[in-house]
Amino acid sequence: MDLGRMTLMILVMAGITYVIRMIPLVFFRKKIHSKYILSVLYYIPYAVLSAMTFPYILYSTGNTPQSFYTAIIGTVVAIIASISKRSLLTVAILSCLAVLIASFIIV
Amino acid sequence: MSNEKLKLKFKNGIKDGLPIGLGYLSVSFAFGVQASILGIPAFMSLFISMTNLTSAGQLAGLTIIAGLGTILEMVLAQLVINARYFLMSLTLSQKLDNSFSTKNRFFFSAFITDEIFAIASAKHGLINKKYFYGLIILPYVGWSLGTILGALAGSQLPLQITNALGIALYAMFIAIIIPPSISLKGVLPAVLIAAGLSCAMYYIPIFDGLNNGFKYIICAVLSALITAYFFPIDNKEEQDEN
Repeated sequence: MDLGRMTLMILVMAGITYVIRMIPLVFFRKKIHSKYILSVLYYIPYAVLSAMTFPYILYSTGNTPQSFYTAIIGTVVAIIASISKRSLLTVAILSCLAVLIASFIIV
Repeated sequence: MSNEKLKLKFKNGIKDGLPIGLGYLSVSFAFGVQASILGIPAFMSLFISMTNLTSAGQLAGLTIIAGLGTILEMVLAQLVINARYFLMSLTLSQKLDNSFSTKNRFFFSAFITDEIFAIASAKHGLINKKYFYGLIILPYVGWSLGTILGALAGSQLPLQITNALGIALYAMFIAIIIPPSISLKGVLPAVLIAAGLSCAMYYIPIFDGLNNGFKYIICAVLSALITAYFFPIDNKEEQDEN
């Protein structure tokens, strides 16, 4: 693969990603007072993460025939660990471990 | 309210950033592995992670680079997939106190990720510069380090391990959204509506032509619009500071 072209592509990728993040933070200084808009902004992060997680988490553990089932186990473990207020890291590790163990059991 | 003792410090940021950094280590490790499988040199993978700091966008970018896609394709894919950062950045613009100069804002923009955003925006009140510095360091180090380790370990890892690592990022998302779903009014409906819409768009064939990035935005914005209507937040607490 041509490294020059790869570098160019990476820079384009980084540039676009940066500009999207930068414009609102640098150019938007006004305090929003509308209660409705503030409420929408308040719910956005949770909604985004939820939409990114479901149903994609169920297909995140590879494409072997049993992957779907190992993913369900990993998801359930992540949900239970989160309900019992484990840290982000603990939840991630427990979930990965659950998937790993399940992949040896489910054949 | 603007009592010094209540202010978030650098070390509070470090503490909050640590789990993100460790989580990123495993997720970016998976990214590095994938990149090496696609034939991307390890230092290029590191370069991608250090300049982009985004999971979904990098994964899409990788696919485009490996598939010898065009620049236009790259631009469009990144715009769509990363458009959610625009909303996050807009939300965050309401959370920064006046310790942030314009230069600082240019700088910190590069570090707005889903998790950093989620942690920062879930903080009570405004956040200051020192806290933000602390918050971004370990995630950035973890993301870069994990990438290079994954790229070097490459395809030598057993499939079971790489498959298990695939769920790490999503498990972390769950860990971010579930506790507030239990403790804060309105978050659970926002989460459930977004998940329901997202599943609908995933499984109903009419939406097949739509890129995932678009789907995320549509689901999230609809969910937030609906939830905000039924559960408006009490913006008195938002205005407490300043």
